[in-house]
Amino acid sequence: MAYKIACLCLLLFFVTTSSAEIAGFPFESEAQEQRFRELSAELRCLVCQNQSLADSNAGLAQDLRSELYQQVLGGNSNNQIINFMTDRYGDFILYKPRFATKTLLLWLTPILLFIVGIFCLIRFSKFRNQRQQTQVSEEDLQKIRALLQAEEEKR
Amino acid sequence: MIPELGHFALILALAVALVQAIIPGMGLLRRRADWMAIAKPAALIQFALVLLAYGILTYSFIVHDFSVLYVANTSNSELPLIYRISGVWGAHEGSLLLWVLILSAWTAILAMYSKHYPVDMGAGVISVLGFISIGFLLFSLFTSNPFIRLFPVPIDGGDLNPLLQDPVMAIHPPMLYMGYVGFAVPFAFAIVALVQGKLDTAWARWVRPWALTAWVCLTGGITLGSWWAYYELGWGGWWFWDPVENASFMPWLTGTALIHSLAVTEKRHALRNWTILLAIISFSLSLLGTFLVRSGVLTSVHAFASDPTRGIYVLAFLGLVVGISLSLFAFRAWQLRTLTPFSLISREMALLTNSVLLLVTMLTVLLGTLYPLILEALGGGKISVGPPYFSRVFIPLMIPVVFLVAIGSLIRWREDSLSTLIKQLRTPAILAIVFASVILLLLPGKASFTAWFALLLAFWVINSCFVQLQQRLRHSQGLLQGLRRTPRGWYGMILAHIGLGFTVIGIALSSVYSQEQDVHMVKGDTRTLGEYRFELVDVERITGPNYQADMGTIRIYKDEKELMTLHPEKRIYNVRKNVMTEAAIHSNLLRDLYVSLGEQRNANTGAWSVRLYYKPFILWIWLGGLFMVLGGLLAVTDKRYRLEVKQEKVKLDANHVTAS
Amino acid sequence: MSQPVESQVASPQGQRPKRWVYLLPLGLFVVLMVFFFFGLGLNPRLLPSPLIGQPTPEFSLPKLSNPDELFQHTDLKGEVSLLNIWATWCTSCRQEHPVLMKIAESEEVPIYGLYYKDIPAQGVVWLQDYGDPYRENAVDENGKVGIEWGAYGTPETFLIDQKGIIRYKHVGPISWHDWETTLLPMINSLRNNNGV
Repeated sequence: MAYKIACLCLLLFFVTTSSAEIAGFPFESEAQEQRFRELSAELRCLVCQNQSLADSNAGLAQDLRSELYQQVLGGNSNNQIINFMTDRYGDFILYKPRFATKTLLLWLTPILLFIVGIFCLIRFSKFRNQRQQTQVSEEDLQKIRALLQAEEEKR
Repeated sequence: MIPELGHFALILALAVALVQAIIPGMGLLRRRADWMAIAKPAALIQFALVLLAYGILTYSFIVHDFSVLYVANTSNSELPLIYRISGVWGAHEGSLLLWVLILSAWTAILAMYSKHYPVDMGAGVISVLGFISIGFLLFSLFTSNPFIRLFPVPIDGGDLNPLLQDPVMAIHPPMLYMGYVGFAVPFAFAIVALVQGKLDTAWARWVRPWALTAWVCLTGGITLGSWWAYYELGWGGWWFWDPVENASFMPWLTGTALIHSLAVTEKRHALRNWTILLAIISFSLSLLGTFLVRSGVLTSVHAFASDPTRGIYVLAFLGLVVGISLSLFAFRAWQLRTLTPFSLISREMALLTNSVLLLVTMLTVLLGTLYPLILEALGGGKISVGPPYFSRVFIPLMIPVVFLVAIGSLIRWREDSLSTLIKQLRTPAILAIVFASVILLLLPGKASFTAWFALLLAFWVINSCFVQLQQRLRHSQGLLQGLRRTPRGWYGMILAHIGLGFTVIGIALSSVYSQEQDVHMVKGDTRTLGEYRFELVDVERITGPNYQADMGTIRIYKDEKELMTLHPEKRIYNVRKNVMTEAAIHSNLLRDLYVSLGEQRNANTGAWSVRLYYKPFILWIWLGGLFMVLGGLLAVTDKRYRLEVKQEKVKLDANHVTAS
Repeated sequence: MSQPVESQVASPQGQRPKRWVYLLPLGLFVVLMVFFFFGLGLNPRLLPSPLIGQPTPEFSLPKLSNPDELFQHTDLKGEVSLLNIWATWCTSCRQEHPVLMKIAESEEVPIYGLYYKDIPAQGVVWLQDYGDPYRENAVDENGKVGIEWGAYGTPETFLIDQKGIIRYKHVGPISWHDWETTLLPMINSLRNNNGV
């Protein structure tokens, strides 16, 4: 999970790893190993229901990992591998949903909410700013004076 | 006979809850002091009855009374005493009873303090809490009664889920529940304020300690849960964006917004509606969490019981409670709108911005959690929304939040000038750049922009805390006196914000610089991870109190010097035959060495699958959580809450006299 | 009785949040409840197969009855059939077995088996002990063909039409009720459609 965040979230930068073996699979290059890590973290173990292939020790996860390993070693692209998986298991196997019509709202709503939130804040602050020059009724002023005096007396 | 007594106590508690909810509630509406006076004794009696029921269930666990179905399902004669006590909340029925117990306990505490509040406020809040209690007691009695008998009596029980046989897991659920249920109190205050159409600064001062307490418990519960997942699940992860985790994280996000918004409402009498809305949402999310966990509409790694009939009940209850309160909000909150002015550059605005961002974050987490369900309900097929999605949307939203934390705690109320602010923040900003860069250079491994940026943010927050300290002391004569005069609430804020910085550091460094190997090893094999060398010395079979285990012996060397020996285990529990990974971890502030033992891969060669992890600074994630909890506790115990509550009471009584 | 504190007059009312804004949280919540209500009826553990409407995956595996002979995906063409994925280590398969026996006795449809991730000799003994409902079994010892079929939990049963197209997938043990209400009507309609 920890490296999952590292690999998958904001960084298109780089992650340091120096291992050469995952789940007993030897890799020829660091790039291959990196791809294996990323993909196995992005694919869901179907029988565990909420673990990635990387995290799971279930039999099916092991089989799918070895399938993944062979495909990575065989030089298949990430897209090819992901298509291979979804052709057999459906979109459910992807932890990172594809950007498609049916996931449009999923990917766009956070941005939309952010913009709406900021927009409302700006409008609201303008309203507040104008309110600064406001009227205070004589009654209220008297109340305020009384309260201030009461505070004063307490000290 | 004894379990029936517990059952009976629960039924009586329901009857008392009805009285507690209806009579003071009517009293509030009809302005009858004698009806409102029922609130306090009813709350205390209800608590006593639920406590009795809970005590009886615990007793049944301790004496192994397997004639009680729930005990037979969740306990076993081999189960150690501590897990028999914590086993009470080890499954659905008991954890629901715990929920009710905590709710009635909060209500009772509130009732004890109710002399500090105006009579109608106290009675109203207790009445609202009574209604919630009715809902949960009905739920417990009709769909999940823990006192149902089993006949014929089995010789032995089905055992507690081994995942829960862990000291941390014994205290994690009650903590979390105290947080969940704790938000019922601010919620009840908000409802009463809406009903009365009146909300003054005193209201905010009454609510603040309750909201803070709930927040502290929730923060503690989440921190413990994450730590537990880290060492118990065996693959080094500490947060999975699992629906059950999200269910606890969403009220935390809005709860955090709530405690800050309450500060604005108390200090400046502003954002009243916003505070009310956050109070309603926080508790609604707690109920939603219960629904998500109990109904089984979402799949989850957590082994909780799920049952659609229970789901329908919770859904109906959720609809009723949240529907009524949001309707009240829709039609009454408008009257509570405030005119208190503040400028764009003011603490009000900074806190409001952050609470809006926290709400947006919460909605995003909610969307991600529910999107598969919504899509499927619309016939769009099954998809998964997992950690890759959440990390991608969560982190960008958190960056401005963390950035604003430093500003929000430094900036002045009402209006501040941009130039002063920049002047104040120039030093912490420069220092943050220096610290982040130096630390990055000291760390082994390639430099990472992500790590640098996260360090920058963390130090930005931490440094700004010291600027505040310095400002505070500048105006006081003498250092010690200045420190002593500073209220606890202020220290609490500083501590919690520093904790946030720590957590950011922990998350960033552990994710970027972690190293791991997932390997097959035979005895005598070694593997290298960074500057550490791991040797599998032996794997032997051992016998625990209620499990068998393979225990590995792994020796770790650094620079050819033996550092330590770790013993990861692979346990098989006798009753349920669950296989559990007990990772062995060596922690310090700089790094964790984490070893977990998998299965024997090959009986002929004796190869074991072993996972080795090197996780730098990961402890800081939970250290940050601990700081937040401590900060919250300091703030709750700020004596000014109690004193001012009393003053307020005097003032209000004086008002009553003049009015009548 | 009010006097302006500062020279400027208060801002126009139009700037402040409108009343309907306060209805938004309630509206959002109602929408959410509707989805929850429908969501309750869904089974979170059930996965629809993307293979439905697709031709059967290609494979060629040794037969359980005779390891020297091969069983191929082309053998599934020609008539409506069931393909059942099973293993001796799978307890639900044992539970499903009597139903498969009854279906085989009814002679409505041939049942083929994909013997999944198990030792062939054990399967032979199992079928001798409990009875053999299968017309033929393909042995998928390493589970690779299982992946091709998108298997994730045994037993799984596929309904395949005359042209070798997958029409339906049942996950978990088939009950007699499932057979009578779902599988048999589908088989009949597949046969009739082909007749037209």
